[in-house]
Amino acid sequence: MTARVTMDDLKRALQEGSGVDEGVDLDRDLPTKAFADLGYDSLAVLETGLRLGRENNIEIDDSVFNELDTPQQLLDAINQALESQAAAS
Amino acid sequence: MTAHITGIGVVSPLGLSREEHWKALLDGCSGLGPTRSFDSTRYDNPISGEVPHFSQEELPSRLLPATDRMTQMSLVAAAGAFDDSGIDRDQIDPLDIGVMTASTAGGYAFGQKELQNLWSKGPKYVSTHQSYAWFYAVNTGQISIRHGCQGHSGVIVADDAGGLDAIATAARRLARGNRVMLTGSVDSTMCPWGRVAHTSTGHLSKSADPRTAYLPFDERAGGWVNGEGGAHLVLRSESDGRYASVLGHGATVDDPRADPGAGLVQAIRLALDAARLRARDIGVVFADAAGTRQADGAEAAALAEVFGRNSVPVTAPKAATGRMGCGTASLDVATAVLALRDQMIPPTVNVEADASLGINLCTAAAPHRITHALVLARGIGGFNSALIVGA
Repeated sequence: MTARVTMDDLKRALQEGSGVDEGVDLDRDLPTKAFADLGYDSLAVLETGLRLGRENNIEIDDSVFNELDTPQQLLDAINQALESQAAAS
Repeated sequence: MTAHITGIGVVSPLGLSREEHWKALLDGCSGLGPTRSFDSTRYDNPISGEVPHFSQEELPSRLLPATDRMTQMSLVAAAGAFDDSGIDRDQIDPLDIGVMTASTAGGYAFGQKELQNLWSKGPKYVSTHQSYAWFYAVNTGQISIRHGCQGHSGVIVADDAGGLDAIATAARRLARGNRVMLTGSVDSTMCPWGRVAHTSTGHLSKSADPRTAYLPFDERAGGWVNGEGGAHLVLRSESDGRYASVLGHGATVDDPRADPGAGLVQAIRLALDAARLRARDIGVVFADAAGTRQADGAEAAALAEVFGRNSVPVTAPKAATGRMGCGTASLDVATAVLALRDQMIPPTVNVEADASLGINLCTAAAPHRITHALVLARGIGGFNSALIVGA
């Protein structure tokens, strides 16, 4: 079975790689809001995606992260890549 | 070119605010000491002018993993300058507010950390934020994002002379449409990579004694000390009467292979012409004070040519802070404005001026009638810049 990346993993990657803006509560807002509403630009999304990819030994093309608006979409993309890689091996 | 200074924010080895820095300077304090932020014992240049007690807590954590120390200090000084100016942001179109900073080397310590990640762990371990955090333009970018400035902006790179050129460029932007400019420079290369980059010039002091490490215009001069910090200024086209104004600027570039000096004289004359002033109108000169015998001699000769030997009072407060890239000259402008406000010349600490240079150097704080101050800065590669502030 493939290990799944969780919202908690994503939260930690965000905090470590890009910090948290003033007045943002990641525990409350991460599952429902868009990255832009949480104060994260496209580079912060890229940094978070690459960090999770690195930690889970998966290769994801940078372009995947350009299309994402929400933390949930990022999580889905990472887990999908994880499953594809597991199926291929 | 009249631009009125309406806000000042300072981060320096002598203090984390404008007044803290100014008081310590007048009290004759020095911010030089053994390097603490990295192990400098392996290098030939152990003394630094570091900003002690700088607190990242004034900034949102969102910015910390994405910024170098010099950007963090720049953001704190910029916020201080905007606060000091009392500008009501709701009353001004963001498109009329610009940012013009100078940078010597970009975010060096950030760059070193990520290059170490690259070569010790691999490309996947390099922070995405490296893409901008080590660039020259990063402080202008981060300040404009944080404060919502959308007016014409940019960055000047002219080694230490950029600290004056940025302020002059900002003043010119006011004449061309911007209503408010945030300018000046805050700089730091306080990391091993930054230190060795300076060491390679051969002009960094090898002294291990903070009291003798940086002695510009002194017979014992043996190089300069690397510091960090600087100042940001808010410029406006309308005066609020609190601080002085930027009146004139001149800049030249010497052939780096030629004898230094001629270009500095020309820069001073251009600044005087631009301000419509004569040499005798200048009450104090804030010298570049490179701290090497050759460069000090060239600067003293330039001053003698324009003002006469042993005439205009000269000071170099940077003897107490070290040279912080282009942050130094911006901090000198902020300090000159405070000298005008309080009619006090700050001292050049620790120095006994070499009499043969013919320079009237102020080594103790002294009350003096000043209506105009001239600030000089030179940069590696032949950059000369002169800026005049006055009432």
